[in-house]
Amino acid sequence: MSEPVWEGYLRADGRLGVRNVVLVLYTVECASHVALEIARGEPDANVIGFPGCYDNAYAIRLMLALARHPNVGAVLAVGLGCEYTQPARIAERVRESGRPAEWFYIQEQGGTVASIEVGKRIVRQLRERIRAETPRASMRLKDLVVGAECGGSDGTSGLAGNPVVGRFFDRLVDAGGTAVFEETVEMIGLRDIMTARAATPEAAHQIGAAYDKAERYCRAVRQYSVAPGNFAGGLTTIEEKSMGAFAKGGSRPIQGVIRVAQRPPRPGLWLLDTVPDEHFMGFGYTNPNDTEGLMDLISAGAQILLFITGRGSVTGAPLAPVIKITGNTQTYERMKDDMDFNAGRVLSGELTLDEAARELESLVVRVASGEPSRPEALGHREYFIMYKHQDTPPLEVGCRA
Amino acid sequence: MVRAFQVHPSDNVATLLDDAPAGPVTVSGAESPLVLTLLRPVAMAHKIALRPVAEGSPVIKYGVQIGIATRPIQAGEWVHLHNCRSALDERSSTLDVESGAVTDMPYE
Repeated sequence: MSEPVWEGYLRADGRLGVRNVVLVLYTVECASHVALEIARGEPDANVIGFPGCYDNAYAIRLMLALARHPNVGAVLAVGLGCEYTQPARIAERVRESGRPAEWFYIQEQGGTVASIEVGKRIVRQLRERIRAETPRASMRLKDLVVGAECGGSDGTSGLAGNPVVGRFFDRLVDAGGTAVFEETVEMIGLRDIMTARAATPEAAHQIGAAYDKAERYCRAVRQYSVAPGNFAGGLTTIEEKSMGAFAKGGSRPIQGVIRVAQRPPRPGLWLLDTVPDEHFMGFGYTNPNDTEGLMDLISAGAQILLFITGRGSVTGAPLAPVIKITGNTQTYERMKDDMDFNAGRVLSGELTLDEAARELESLVVRVASGEPSRPEALGHREYFIMYKHQDTPPLEVGCRA
Repeated sequence: MVRAFQVHPSDNVATLLDDAPAGPVTVSGAESPLVLTLLRPVAMAHKIALRPVAEGSPVIKYGVQIGIATRPIQAGEWVHLHNCRSALDERSSTLDVESGAVTDMPYE
């Protein structure tokens, strides 16, 4: 069988995208309505934003990673005018990456109506420009970064949905591609199993440290990453859910741990640590939802996301197509419009794991070539960016004694 | 017949691949096929005990401990929140056993 090849979008930094999106980004919740109205009805326009008025280094790193993502061709940053986060600085960094970028303050434009009008004009200009100017280039599996996350898991997720993704990840890594999986808070109880998968002693140290932090975090915030739907779906404990979740990591060595907004430094399988670091607010906010996890995987440069759901999550993402996989045939039949792939056929004996992984690979290639995934076709573009602290300076910094 | 799957040879539970009425279940997977009698109806993707599990003993799936039996469990019995607890997460033991719904949060 010949290796699949398709046409992607070549960015100035040499990275390749599978979509060509105009990103509308807002820098405080007060600007969110204007940003959403600007993008409403505009093809290829996606929105993300940060709700806080006080800025946050983690959130800025995350937004810059999303604004310079390979699937993004151009950016419009919209601010209100009072907030700490600076849309001008975001636009400047995006321009340095070779992408066109514009920004404005709603207060300076004269309010809501004027800002929506000027914003729509800018979005249309940016879209025409990137459609005309972005060079196309051949892509292969080695050019893909694929992220995987599970949500709404049930008793089938660990038997079919996640193992099929794991088997596909093995194929992707063997083809020279990059696979990223996350959810260290859903690997609780598995320290030895995880560190045994490390490619190097350094990677084992990183995995062990990320695991230890995740366990301390769960104890400190008194919250384990397991929800009512998981229990209704037959999962009894976080330990059981964890073994199922870890199966999406396949069987290849883990090269190391990356953190939010970091790109894997080389191809292979990588673990993404999305858990906050301990700092002056303790761990801060609790692990919020699946949407945040998808943001974090996109920030690692994933052009395509695989989302495994036993119970049936409908969520999508801006920038990167989400491919929805379920290991539960009942869920597939009930929510067919939302599901891209029924891994439940492995449990019924219709397909082997290898056959399912090959079929999933050809679906990934079709979506990479431009075919919309189900959440993409349905218009799901949920996003979530919040205050968090990773790599924050120590307590003494920022206050007068 | 209703099917269940055992992931690892050391597991003392199997996962149902079909919605099951009370009655016989064929278990495939790690060991040679085994037929168990289910004591009550159990939903697909839930677990059943392959052999008796003593109170305080580990519940094993994927070859690892996924919980601890909170009372004696018979072979063929549904294994879930009513008879198995996490070693880490206390709150899960307070959830409704059928729906998983929260029971400990005031809505006042």
